[in-house]
Amino acid sequence: MGDGVAETVTTTGDAGAGRQGRSGKDTLLDARGLTKRFGDILANDRVDLVINRGEIHALLGENGAGKSTLVKMFYGSLEPDGGEILWQGNRVDIGNPAAARDLGIGMVFQHFSLFEALSVVENIALALPNPGRMSELSNRIQTVSRDYGLPLNPEDIVADLPVGIRQRIEIVRCLLQEPQLIIMDEPTSVLTPQEADLLFLTLERLAKEGCAVLYISHRLEEVKRICHHATILRHGQVVRECDPTKETPASLASMMVGADVASVSASAQKPVIGEPRLALKNLSAKAATPFATALNNVSLDLRAGEVVAIAGVAGNGQGELFDAISGEMPVAADMVVLDGKPCGNRNITWRRRQNAAFVPEERLGHGAVPGMKLSQNIVLTRHSTGDKLVSAAFVSTANAGKMEQRIKKIYDVRMSHDDPEARSLSGGNLQKFVVGRELDRKPGVLIVNQPTWGVDAGAAALIRQALIDLARSGSAVLVISQDLDEIFEIADRIAVISRGYLSAAEPTDDMNRERVGLLMAGGAEAQGEVA
Amino acid sequence: MFEAVLLTVITAATPLLIAAIGELVVERSGVLNLGVEGMMIMGAVVGFAVANQTGSGTLGVIAAIAAGMAMSALFGFLVLVLVTNQVATGLALTILGVGFSGLIGEAFIGIPGLRLPDLYIPVLSEIPFFGPVFFQQDALVYISFALVIAVAYFLFRTRLGLVLRSVGDNHGSAHALGYSVIRIRYAAVLFGGACAGLAGAYMSLAYTPQWVENMTAGRGWIALALVVFSSWLPLRVVIGAYLFGAVSVLNLHAQAVELDIPSQLLSSLPYLATILVLVLISANRRLTLVNTPACLGKPFVPDR
Amino acid sequence: MRVELVKRKEHSRKMALLSPLIAVGLTAIAAGIIFSISGHNPLSGLYKFFIEPLTQEWSFNATIAKATPLILIACGLSVCYLSNNWNIGAEGQFIVGALFGSALPILMPDFENAATLPLMMVFGVIGGALWALIPAVLKTRFNTNEILTSLMLVYVASLLLDYLVRGPWRDPGGYNFPESAMFSDAATLSTIPGTSLSFAAPITVTVAIVLAVILGKTLKGFEIRVMGESPRAGSFAGFSAKKLTLFSFATAGGLAGLAGTMEVSGALNQLLPTISPGYGFTAIIVAFLGRLNPFGIIVAGFVLALSYIGGEAVQSAMGVSNKIASVIQGLLLFFVLACDTLILYRIRFVGRRGSAGEASHV
Repeated sequence: MGDGVAETVTTTGDAGAGRQGRSGKDTLLDARGLTKRFGDILANDRVDLVINRGEIHALLGENGAGKSTLVKMFYGSLEPDGGEILWQGNRVDIGNPAAARDLGIGMVFQHFSLFEALSVVENIALALPNPGRMSELSNRIQTVSRDYGLPLNPEDIVADLPVGIRQRIEIVRCLLQEPQLIIMDEPTSVLTPQEADLLFLTLERLAKEGCAVLYISHRLEEVKRICHHATILRHGQVVRECDPTKETPASLASMMVGADVASVSASAQKPVIGEPRLALKNLSAKAATPFATALNNVSLDLRAGEVVAIAGVAGNGQGELFDAISGEMPVAADMVVLDGKPCGNRNITWRRRQNAAFVPEERLGHGAVPGMKLSQNIVLTRHSTGDKLVSAAFVSTANAGKMEQRIKKIYDVRMSHDDPEARSLSGGNLQKFVVGRELDRKPGVLIVNQPTWGVDAGAAALIRQALIDLARSGSAVLVISQDLDEIFEIADRIAVISRGYLSAAEPTDDMNRERVGLLMAGGAEAQGEVA
Repeated sequence: MFEAVLLTVITAATPLLIAAIGELVVERSGVLNLGVEGMMIMGAVVGFAVANQTGSGTLGVIAAIAAGMAMSALFGFLVLVLVTNQVATGLALTILGVGFSGLIGEAFIGIPGLRLPDLYIPVLSEIPFFGPVFFQQDALVYISFALVIAVAYFLFRTRLGLVLRSVGDNHGSAHALGYSVIRIRYAAVLFGGACAGLAGAYMSLAYTPQWVENMTAGRGWIALALVVFSSWLPLRVVIGAYLFGAVSVLNLHAQAVELDIPSQLLSSLPYLATILVLVLISANRRLTLVNTPACLGKPFVPDR
Repeated sequence: MRVELVKRKEHSRKMALLSPLIAVGLTAIAAGIIFSISGHNPLSGLYKFFIEPLTQEWSFNATIAKATPLILIACGLSVCYLSNNWNIGAEGQFIVGALFGSALPILMPDFENAATLPLMMVFGVIGGALWALIPAVLKTRFNTNEILTSLMLVYVASLLLDYLVRGPWRDPGGYNFPESAMFSDAATLSTIPGTSLSFAAPITVTVAIVLAVILGKTLKGFEIRVMGESPRAGSFAGFSAKKLTLFSFATAGGLAGLAGTMEVSGALNQLLPTISPGYGFTAIIVAFLGRLNPFGIIVAGFVLALSYIGGEAVQSAMGVSNKIASVIQGLLLFFVLACDTLILYRIRFVGRRGSAGEASHV
């Protein structure tokens, strides 16, 4: 590690100067040399960060750059191994989240810290040091939430609420603590563009009132739009600070990645549209559990040669739709048609034999078995697809191993030693493996749910390009995604899913973000009900 | 006659009620302790032994509670600190408890025991019929009802109860908000152990005041089923416990009226009833899913 | 001081092999402590308990006789536990298997030929499997918790056995003792010529080897392991959780039933109100100590069988209650589970410091 240390000083020297320059009487939080280590990994390496009052401060970086680790130290969920935090000029030890809240630091979590079985008011009470009587708290919640244009009903049970409202609970929970600094981790990843606009208004108002916001996002457009200052992390170190209003999304991206990001292009090569490969006809399914979404009359044609994307906010039936198409959730035979054959009631193995392939959203625990080796994970989806992996009920370890070597090479899956357990791979590498495992079959129909969720930019570009290439070679590709940038990058046609209703798929050229946003916010539902 | 039947129902239901209400709190915190039977039988033997040696029923009861807690502490260390599989560890606790109780109890087999005295509640116990049934019981019967009310109040009316439920619902969120998931669960597990120990004491100091090997005869397991039956709601545990109490005394009273049914069939009724009840409750998937603590049985390892 | 777990990136192979050994070592230490508390020399207690039974031929044979049913039941249970089906009712499946197997010699005592014994075994397998399928069907059909139902059925099976040997199946010429008639020679599992070992032992070893091949080499074995570790991934692979639940319970019940039949036919030669010293429960320990691997289970079966024989040995030699055997068995399972943590985690002991993220306002 000694050599690395010397190197760091030179690269961060310039950023350090920036910090000195920014620190002043308006400084709220001044972190100096924060270091956090997990086992062999240095998650944060002497990070310096200054946040001033009334400032919306962006914290940028790739997945694994150390953003979450840093803010967890500010919020008291993690204890720094080195460095110090100054709060309004005084050195503080933030031992736990309660101490952070006492100081005036609030946090809105990316994967909310809410309790589904509890009511809104109970959820908020849990985060307050002295919630007082529940009825009084309910009144306060109603007042504050209405005041900020984020109305809430305190008696609602969280499990019944959509994602946008859940985030409101988190924000109102923060506001009730009258914080001086709000940390927000990827707040817009679960919102429609319109909901995001509303959030930005709230943030701007907070900033005007003197509250600081530490804003973590990988959506560079919105960072440029609302943030006053940006700190960029790479491999746990601060590599740059800048004024995002003076940058372009491309320049911000290259600061994060440390190199120019390869751009993916769908339009470079116009699709040659062929036969319909997959058809969904009035696909309906009841919600299997109280927490699931029902599918309502979903119809879609997917043709050879094209990439169709389904946009939507998380939890609107994407998982259920994927399960119905893959066969994990059986439906009526006519509802799903693969190459002219009704198969809604067939199992996933039958559909794979029809040359369909599937990549689920959850890599670990759905797409791959965490504790099994990669070669065994190949057997998982390809045991019955004529790949010579199984003969007379016996599994051929040798053939699985060969296949693993091939996929690893073609799709650039990086690993510390040969054929490791799936769970030891990073998110991006595992995703490359899981996608590569299916692409390796040259499937006629490929269904991918959230192809690049939580994947670093390099791997994301590789995966997106591979999906386009597959379509252009004559296969049909269906991408379910929450990432509008990705959708506009790769899709030939776009449909939107909202509360289990799917809008008609329209050519990407006829779509724009605003229209997609309206469909996400319930337009798709209205369309579906009319149809 | 009816009064006598009711009295036996109460004595049969009380240990189930006490053990189940303890396990309910444990499960509400997200931990599944299948070792109720083991903790209960340890409570029974230790309670009997201490009461026998000291001549004090109260000391016996206290010792039984301590024994149950000691067992649950062992369980807690394994599942909460070492993150072992909760099902297997609970089983281990039962196997260990049954074994240990046999070893400790060997010296006490056939020795007449001490019966906890009945407490007559002034005035109320004078009421005809209701008085003898409800107000001339031993202290543990009163305690069992007090426990149910206290647990219901604690879970749904106090902040700490809210915190405990939140830990059972989503341990990740509770941890993120700064609650000590492990400490809260440890407390819940210890409470469950105390209740199981107390239920055991009731077996050997009130139900049948003597020590017989394996005398709990699966009641710890039935208590576990009662928690499912109750949908994790304290007041429903009372209904369940008394229903099962009634079923399990059928044997006793059927012999009195000389019905021509094999006694083994009557003895197996509580077990068959448990299966039946579990089927009826779990067939309603929506109901069970909504009420089940979402983190029940799931391991929790905090990141540091 | 605080114990902290640090997750390993992958399973530790070394620890997977070492953890059962560490567990046995820790159990021996704990047993030694119990011996000294009860006023005996811990070393001679341990010797008499764990070593001496292996030095004499009769006790060695007795150990094998006890190990046989344990191994057979544990093999079946390993299929259940690997696939995340919590069958803890093997004791009941053992009993019902024995009842089905005994039906032939008890109800048709004149049916004496070469087919008698094989038929009994088939009946035993069917009986155990049927009994095990009850919780399995309830689980797949009604989503009922299989832990509780399979256990409840143990009590029901014991009562059923009790009813039969005291009622309809009681030996008419048996002076009212609660036992069935003795089985005929054709219905008796004989010993391997030249030894005093029953044929149950080689049958059990064969079953274990076949199972090892199925688990380790075939797609079915792959399915079982995938379903146990990640049911969602299993269904993505096209495996049916419900079918596997039925399969694993039927397998476990069938093997327990076979063990039950061989026990009554080979060792007891008749039905008694109690036919098992808790084999079905001890086999749970065997399965875990053997790391759910058939070869491991063979070794573990010996260790646990030894604890039965050792319990008798210390009782007769030192006057220590043989109940100590079940205490040692229970401790062993605890230590096995605790040591298994080492496979996935590294343990770190941390001195007291400002506890991060753990302190709270509760």
